[in-house]
Amino acid sequence: MSQAAEIDPAAQLDAAYDGLRLAGLTKSFAAFTAVDDLDLDVPRGSFFALLGPSGCGKTTTLRMVAGLDSPTSGTITLAGQDITRSKPYQRPVNTVFQSYALFPHLDIFENVAFGLRRRKQRDVETQVADMLDLVELGSQARKRPAQLSGGQQQRVALARALINKPEVLLLDEPLGALDLKLRRSMQIELKRIQTEVGLTFIHVTHDQEEAMTMADTVAVMNKGLIEQMGAPAELYENPRSTFVANFLGQSNLIAGTITSRASDVVTVDMHGITVSVPTGRTHTDGDAGWVGIRPEKVLIGEPGEELDAPGNTIPGGVVTDVSFVGVSTQYLVRMPWGQELQVFQQNTGRVRMFRVGESVELSWRPEYAFVLDQSQDASAGAQQVGVDG
Amino acid sequence: MAETTRRKGRVGYLLILPGGLWLLLFFAFPFYSLVATSLYDPSGSDFRGYEMSYAFGNYVDVIRDYWQPMLRSLLYGATATFFCLVLGYVLAYAIAFKSGRWKVLLLVLVIAPFFTSFLIRTLSWKLLLADDGFVVDTLQFVHILGADDRLLATPFAVVAGLTYNFLPFMVLPLFASLDKIDYRLIEASGDLYANPVRAFFKVTWPLSLPGVVSGTLLTFIPAVGDFINAEILGNTNTRMIGNVIQSLFTDANDYPAAGALSVILMLMILAMVIVYVRRAGTEELL
Ligand SMILES: Nc1ncnc2c1ncn2[C@@H]1O[C@H](COP(=O)(O)OP(=O)(O)OP(=O)(O)O)[C@@H](O)[C@H]1O
Ligand SMILES: [Mg+2]
Repeated sequence: MSQAAEIDPAAQLDAAYDGLRLAGLTKSFAAFTAVDDLDLDVPRGSFFALLGPSGCGKTTTLRMVAGLDSPTSGTITLAGQDITRSKPYQRPVNTVFQSYALFPHLDIFENVAFGLRRRKQRDVETQVADMLDLVELGSQARKRPAQLSGGQQQRVALARALINKPEVLLLDEPLGALDLKLRRSMQIELKRIQTEVGLTFIHVTHDQEEAMTMADTVAVMNKGLIEQMGAPAELYENPRSTFVANFLGQSNLIAGTITSRASDVVTVDMHGITVSVPTGRTHTDGDAGWVGIRPEKVLIGEPGEELDAPGNTIPGGVVTDVSFVGVSTQYLVRMPWGQELQVFQQNTGRVRMFRVGESVELSWRPEYAFVLDQSQDASAGAQQVGVDG
Repeated sequence: MAETTRRKGRVGYLLILPGGLWLLLFFAFPFYSLVATSLYDPSGSDFRGYEMSYAFGNYVDVIRDYWQPMLRSLLYGATATFFCLVLGYVLAYAIAFKSGRWKVLLLVLVIAPFFTSFLIRTLSWKLLLADDGFVVDTLQFVHILGADDRLLATPFAVVAGLTYNFLPFMVLPLFASLDKIDYRLIEASGDLYANPVRAFFKVTWPLSLPGVVSGTLLTFIPAVGDFINAEILGNTNTRMIGNVIQSLFTDANDYPAAGALSVILMLMILAMVIVYVRRAGTEELL
């Protein structure tokens, strides 16, 4: 699964692939390339999340799948059929639009019934009523969209697309306007519907937590390209680029030089301290790299304290900031080479808290670290919120 | 809360004031005088003066004498409005959705005819449709018209003139409605299995109804009361109610009859507009 981003050319010719396949998809607006030679396989029946910063081309990608924009080059196949040039109304694809795009002249009921009526379906009445109950809007059926709140409109947009049970449902930030409670319950509902009906969902979101909890596969997109895709845990635990390391959660990235490469382990010199990283987690061919470690994987202790037997130990730290956030304590530790590292310590009650100015030693298990290419920007994809590093 | 609504109400009245005074001066008073004139004793004249005799008989007389031009006006007006709607809708649609950066230029072209007088433009149609003109010659040549057939001085010429003259009044409100439509709604209907024809009838057309209603009203009302087109492009059998009123006023000096006809025309149009707007069900959209 994790290798899916690099589509095997033999598989690409395989017309029997029953999912949605985007191959070499490019969309340019005048001189600007919004989507750049994108290859993507979305397995049939999967819940696929497309995650990326604003303006990275997520909506443009969905519009091409829906047929609302035609690609500058590349192909789109669905279950082996080339749909690149087919009209939107001919595709078994529906969209929940980022802007809702509800019909203002029709009431909620007729908005939801729209797709069924165009396809001359039977028992429209019961289907729509059921769908409206599902999104908890049964009592609003005869109102016009303008009379609903933003969150209610969003649910109408969802119902209007979902009721058609398309082969692929495209969701462009469908839960963005909902409050946290409704958001959680709609997430569960969406996931349930997706599993029950077995539809393919492509879910675009800014919210990484939403992407991680709901999706089978997450693709992280940046500047019109897929940076990495895979199962949520894998993406988080073993990022291949600084962008992914910073965009999904937070990472400490420490400059280092690779001193030896063995079949199973790579040794890195990190400002005079030698640490080891599994070969499978080393994503650079060069000699220079960024050693990456998630803050919650770093252990903190007094100098000389035996922290975790087989770990990499980095002495000489000084605590510069302590913030207690309930479930954990977040430290900033200045290292001898001047960099501040983030450390999250679980409040198990069995460890003592450190104070600002105390000398400490850091340690982590080699299997949690990863090495990234040093040519990448160490702050790529970093969120503004949280600790400034 | 109550205070602010009351304040708003007062501001509203103040804003109505200038327009209200204007209307009082130039509409309400002339209207009163028109109604009064229509009830004068018909035996009066400019020389001898008129007497107010509440002569409701005037109304019966003019309906008996002029029901034909009255019906003809409604027919011509409706036909011209229909052609304006068809031509204007296509034009407004093209300007709103397909014109790209030519939009402003095209809109200016739509109103460009207003830069010359209504009369001159109608007279030029007379040249255009003249018996030995290019249009008639061509149509005769391809045998659409017989050798003795003509276009000028026919109902066709009158309706064509009305259609031409009132087309901008149809195009502008239609354009305003169509241009306001969020194109993403049309995309959404395509995404929901509506082919372009269905998308038009289910989304574009209903959303343009306010423009259709105001455009047809702005065309129909002046077209029914128009007399220039019938005067210049028509013959004695294409006389419209406007021609009758005009000649009663200026040639026959029969002010009571002219007044009565004017009032009837106004009431008729008012009644039709009310029924129409109700039927179109677009009060809330207007
Ligand atoms: N019709 C267009 N013409 C020109 N540029 C466009 C057009 N549509 C999108 N773009 C550009 O393409 C880029 C990608 O846009 P897109 O809407 O796909 O972003 P997105 O990933 O959906 O962002 P967001 O998360 O904010 O919705 C943006 O830089 C945008 O300015
Ligand atoms: Mg978007």
